[in-house]
Amino acid sequence: MASHGIRDKVAIIGMGCTNFGEHWDKSTDDMLVESSSAALTNAGVRLDDIDAFWLGTMGSGLSGLTLSRPLKIQHKPVTHVENYCATGSEAFRNACYAVASGAYDVVMAIGVEKLKDSGYSGLVVGAPAHDGTPLTVTAPASFSFLAPAYAKKYGVDPVELKEVLTRIAWKNHRNGALNPRAQFRKEVSKETISCSPIVAGPLGIFDCSGVSDGSAAAIIVRAEDAHKYTDKPLYVKALSFVAGPADGPIDPSYDYTSFDEVVHSAVDAYKQAGITNPRAELAMAEVHDCFTPTELVLMEDLGFSERGYGWKDVLDGSFDLDGELPVNPDGGLKSFGHPIGASGLRMLFECWTQLRGEAGARQISSVAAGKNKALTHNLGGSPGACVSFVSVVGTELG
Amino acid sequence: MSGIVSYGAYIPYWRLQRSAIGAALGSGGGRGTRSVASYDEDTTSMAVEAGRIALAAAPSGFVPHTLWFATATPAYLDKTNATGIHAALALPDWAGAFDTIGSVRSQVAAMMGAASGGPQIALVSDIRVGLPGGGDESNGGDAAAAICFGDQNVICEQFGGAFATAEFVDRWREPGDVASKQWEERFGEYAYLPLVQQAFQRALDSTGVSAASFDHVIISGLHGRAAKATAKAIGVRPESVADDLSATIGNSGTAQAMVNLCDVLDRAEPGQTIAVVILADGASVWFLRATPELAAFRARQGATVAAQIASTRDDLTYASYLTWRGLLHREPPRRPEPDRPAAPPSLRRNQWKFGFFGSRDETGFVHLPPSRVSFGTGEIDHMEPVRMADVQATIATYTVDRLAYSLSPPVVAAVIDFDGGGRFQCELTDVDPDRVKIGDRVEMTFRRLYTQDGVHNYFWKARPIRGRAE
Repeated sequence: MASHGIRDKVAIIGMGCTNFGEHWDKSTDDMLVESSSAALTNAGVRLDDIDAFWLGTMGSGLSGLTLSRPLKIQHKPVTHVENYCATGSEAFRNACYAVASGAYDVVMAIGVEKLKDSGYSGLVVGAPAHDGTPLTVTAPASFSFLAPAYAKKYGVDPVELKEVLTRIAWKNHRNGALNPRAQFRKEVSKETISCSPIVAGPLGIFDCSGVSDGSAAAIIVRAEDAHKYTDKPLYVKALSFVAGPADGPIDPSYDYTSFDEVVHSAVDAYKQAGITNPRAELAMAEVHDCFTPTELVLMEDLGFSERGYGWKDVLDGSFDLDGELPVNPDGGLKSFGHPIGASGLRMLFECWTQLRGEAGARQISSVAAGKNKALTHNLGGSPGACVSFVSVVGTELG
Repeated sequence: MSGIVSYGAYIPYWRLQRSAIGAALGSGGGRGTRSVASYDEDTTSMAVEAGRIALAAAPSGFVPHTLWFATATPAYLDKTNATGIHAALALPDWAGAFDTIGSVRSQVAAMMGAASGGPQIALVSDIRVGLPGGGDESNGGDAAAAICFGDQNVICEQFGGAFATAEFVDRWREPGDVASKQWEERFGEYAYLPLVQQAFQRALDSTGVSAASFDHVIISGLHGRAAKATAKAIGVRPESVADDLSATIGNSGTAQAMVNLCDVLDRAEPGQTIAVVILADGASVWFLRATPELAAFRARQGATVAAQIASTRDDLTYASYLTWRGLLHREPPRRPEPDRPAAPPSLRRNQWKFGFFGSRDETGFVHLPPSRVSFGTGEIDHMEPVRMADVQATIATYTVDRLAYSLSPPVVAAVIDFDGGGRFQCELTDVDPDRVKIGDRVEMTFRRLYTQDGVHNYFWKARPIRGRAE
């Protein structure tokens, strides 16, 4: 398989991100206006300067008109992208390729999701007409399959595993408390987390990401043009996206302690970016902590921890804000909720903020110490049947 | 001559303590338990379960050319219910499948049809519902039975019988009503006893046997007072009257006589005689005799009635019972209701949805649901269908979903690995959410997952393996 990547061919020159939360007072249109305006201002360009747009949303609108109508975009290409929970990342990936191909000079990737108008507290996804046989469990239930399988495989006592999961939620809420854009801006005690009402399997409410509205956007140009716009661009080092064959639910060799799709996309991304030791080389990582067991397994799948040792690294604080490799320094899906189309770009926004040294109270020290690459990871689907996206961005060429 | 070649009863897992009714309502109830079809069962799905037990024990090569289904509480009107049973039992498309539904007496037509020659199967099934606090609620029971008829390897043959028919209004129910109404109790006794005496006497006269000669006498009918008085009225020995299982199952209406016959056949000795007497809008009488083939059948037999009565949960709350029967409208989870299963994909995939056929590729890998493309080899359309309904499995991982929409939350879901290959994600049923663990053994069971817009969503779930023949 050829996956050449587009390392150092394109750069981000500006980003915008709305506050995430229950925006009863804001529509999808309002959020698109806000995030796009912020990104344009940040990059110092006007809407007319954008040659093409990639819009990521799973359920808040159909077609490019969802963006062109509120922004009054005048006869430009607007592509609507959907790829489950990796939708925002897909908008970004395809926008980057368009610039790298030479087709356009300046493009915008924008993601949005309006979840709070559905009337339900969790995620609601419409399905095509079907025969009634697909298993209909909720997202927390399908991800909670990971917990007993992981505990059994690695001999972790279920009580200890609960501590591990609790610590992941605690850490992300602690980070989110420092972030003015987060939906939840309060530290939450471990006791509150571990005693929260059970939703599915061992997962309590605090093991689940929130449900929120939000939008984020990025402006992308060719790398050689980046310094025309900003002194501190982010270069795209790697973009990898894979869809698995959805074999987990049919293949008895799948053991529900890993996402094969994540492993494949991570290997591909590290190759593109020239990374051999992600734990040592990355300044930070934004990963898809939709549920706490997901983040645990991701630490191993993304190569941050040895197989079977992710839970120990979590307990050791390796991924804390001041740890060896800060994971979800912005607070993650835990603190931001998960407006599907926006999340991937929101993760990228934290890389933009941290690598440029603009993260204020939650600024990680690894950047000042010379680490200049950051990773985002987005996952859609469920264990054994998912899509996975990994990007690496950095402040230096080469 | 055509006779019984196999049989199987299905008694649902759940029991309601009759005392729970009195405890909730302040009166009524009584002693013992009644069987309760789970929230995900109906008369069609229970018939499938009985049919699977009967067909699994049938002589090798037994394929019924016709399926007869009787119930007083059908899941569908206009649309045939027997076709769903036919599909779930994976019978060939050239086999007929017909309903005889609406009345308790329709069981007799199903049995007569199935006994008319060649390999056939009769299925009877009922869910007895009464208004809260009434006798039908506490005395009723839910169950199904399947009787296979054929010309060879007959384990029980008919040697006599008679009918009596009369029109009178003893018990009635308008379509759409959940509960029956009854005339004054003493009237039914007055109407029934002469009819059952006449029919029984005609059967005695034509066979030359005496009432006292029967080893087992099964008396079935929803009119308790008349059924109770029947033994004396027809002159059979009191000790020959079979336990009607009212203390454990209750009266399963359309299914009662055949469930009791299954129970008697579970115990009968070759050569013993059995009288079946059904009081329903007249009387129906059969004289049966067990044959020496019964011994060979026992070696093939699945779960007996007694084993299923023993394998149960009897702590169902009365509130859950009312909820399951739709008599108590509870606040639903704040989640979207499930989709109505669409007819075209259900037809395209009915071998999967009803027959639970996967596809096996040349390497032996089993795909559930069936797939055209092999996961391992990528070959297209090099598959053979493989029925997984009767294959047991082991839980690989599981969850208890307290958020998902269900008539009976929480939803327990598991990833199960079938013996010999094949993996599937499905709901578990008849299970204690607190006791599920990786490595537990499960078997498949045919259920009604939910009903949306009047369309019943039938499919398969897994359940902990239930007790077998004792």
